[in-house]
Amino acid sequence: MADVKKKIATRDAYGQFLVEYGEERESLIAMSADLSGSNKTDGFEKAFPDRFIQAGISEQDMFAEAAGIAHMGNVVAASTFAMFAAGRAYEIIRNSIAYTKANVKVCATHGGITVGEDGASHQTFEDLALMRVIPNMTVINPADAVSTKILLRELFETKGPAYVRLGRSGVPVIYDEDADIRIGKANIVREGSDAVVIATGLMVSEAMDAAEILSKEGINIRILDMHTIKPIDKEAVIQSAKDCKAVVTAEEHSIIGGLGGAVAETLACNYPCKMAMVGQKDTFGESGKPAELLKKYGMTADDIVEAVKSLI
Amino acid sequence: MKTVKELEDLARKVRINALRGIHAAQSGHPGGSLSIADILVPLYFNIMNIDPDNPNMKNRDRFVLSKGHACPALYATLAERGYFPPEDLLTFRKIGSKLQGHPSMKMCPGIDMSTGSLGQGFSAAVGMAIAAMINKNPGYIYVITGDGELQEGIIWEAAMSASKNKLDNLIAVVDWNNLQIDGIVDNVKKVAPIDKKFEAFGWKTIMCDGHNIPEILNAFEEAKSIKGYPVVIVAKTHKGQGVSFMKDAAGWHGKAPNDEQFEAALKELEGDI
Repeated sequence: MADVKKKIATRDAYGQFLVEYGEERESLIAMSADLSGSNKTDGFEKAFPDRFIQAGISEQDMFAEAAGIAHMGNVVAASTFAMFAAGRAYEIIRNSIAYTKANVKVCATHGGITVGEDGASHQTFEDLALMRVIPNMTVINPADAVSTKILLRELFETKGPAYVRLGRSGVPVIYDEDADIRIGKANIVREGSDAVVIATGLMVSEAMDAAEILSKEGINIRILDMHTIKPIDKEAVIQSAKDCKAVVTAEEHSIIGGLGGAVAETLACNYPCKMAMVGQKDTFGESGKPAELLKKYGMTADDIVEAVKSLI
Repeated sequence: MKTVKELEDLARKVRINALRGIHAAQSGHPGGSLSIADILVPLYFNIMNIDPDNPNMKNRDRFVLSKGHACPALYATLAERGYFPPEDLLTFRKIGSKLQGHPSMKMCPGIDMSTGSLGQGFSAAVGMAIAAMINKNPGYIYVITGDGELQEGIIWEAAMSASKNKLDNLIAVVDWNNLQIDGIVDNVKKVAPIDKKFEAFGWKTIMCDGHNIPEILNAFEEAKSIKGYPVVIVAKTHKGQGVSFMKDAAGWHGKAPNDEQFEAALKELEGDI
């Protein structure tokens, strides 16, 4: 594992990836609905001005245009805040992108509560659920900057619609550059057998902190990084449930319909076992600093510790 | 290239076959299909650079029916043009058919964009025109929208994108029949003046009689000659054109004719050929 003190936002890794990949692939077109500095498409804009489309504050139009562009033989990275991608443009992503299998990657930044000060109107806890339920969609939510780049490369090399959730705030780098990370395959980032924490996005590093706390009390947890929400790695979920007997999911997302939902569906049908969910508890957020908000709304290492203890 | 007389005959055939499909399905949208037949036929036979034997030809012109519910007329046109046999039109809206209730590009040859949810096809066409410019693809992008469809906000978002990007490879047609499901368009939510709205959004506009084939051909030629701007042809049409009891009647937006009505419609249309 890499030096855990280094923090990089996954949106920054996305911005770097776009520039690198744009060099290699001439058919890549990037789009932004304003917010280019925030969603990190500005680097691509500078490097490839002719292949950057500024859609203005028109998210619905951007995603329908993205579908049209993709059907001309291009691969499209279209970016805005997760709220306005998965939320505002939902039906366009469903009908014009997913139904037509358009090669559009919806690269949504500012997912979850760590948007922080902007408050509830900009904090989405529904995006993974909304995107997961659409046929043909691949949904990923990387845990750190390194895995973001690795997963994006595979995603952009694979034709078809996809949703990527990226974060605003810096998150610890947990992977080495040569880590084996593949779409649809959960990574075991810590071995253990007293319980398994299946985490996604920034909650993976929270889970690692939780593991440290628990190990002092003699509890050894396994941690799965479920960076791919869809298709969920059923095999890893079932195997870990069998090995550990207790399953905790952890996500910076509603406990309804996201990672927790996907894991519960898998286990209910294959290997029912004790389960607890850490995430946003069916409520809106508010303004505040990311760390304060994670604490207030119950998405920290301490909350994972408590959830694990409630099961064993 | 077809003569005007041949195009007029083909348009009647398209009307007949569109109604045949709707009648067989006992479901579909006759009014808006009949109003665009005289636009689709010249487009597919004399204007567009396409090859029915190679529907995915790289630098072809593309067509998006943003008012996807009028697809019976599009399917009938594609069949006449040789994309698939006209008998297939009787499978319209039936289970397992490539002729879905609203067009699906993944199921039907010749469909360049799946549509049905209003406004999105127009915006996707803008995207196609942007990509064609970037990719140096010489093809034109044609799109037909309904007038009621102009009530969708995405239309105007996309209209701004089109003029900002100077998309002179994009030619839109508004099927201005002034009727929508709940009645007269300008009573439901006023869209007039359509031409002035598009002009204010940075487009060039051409007005024409949407049932006069020479005028329609001229409008397309004129549109192609305009450089630096997207062009919209505002085509004055009648919903249900060609069948007296369907003409200008909002009630025929989404209703299939029964056997008797179908026979009466055929008699009127076939009498013309």
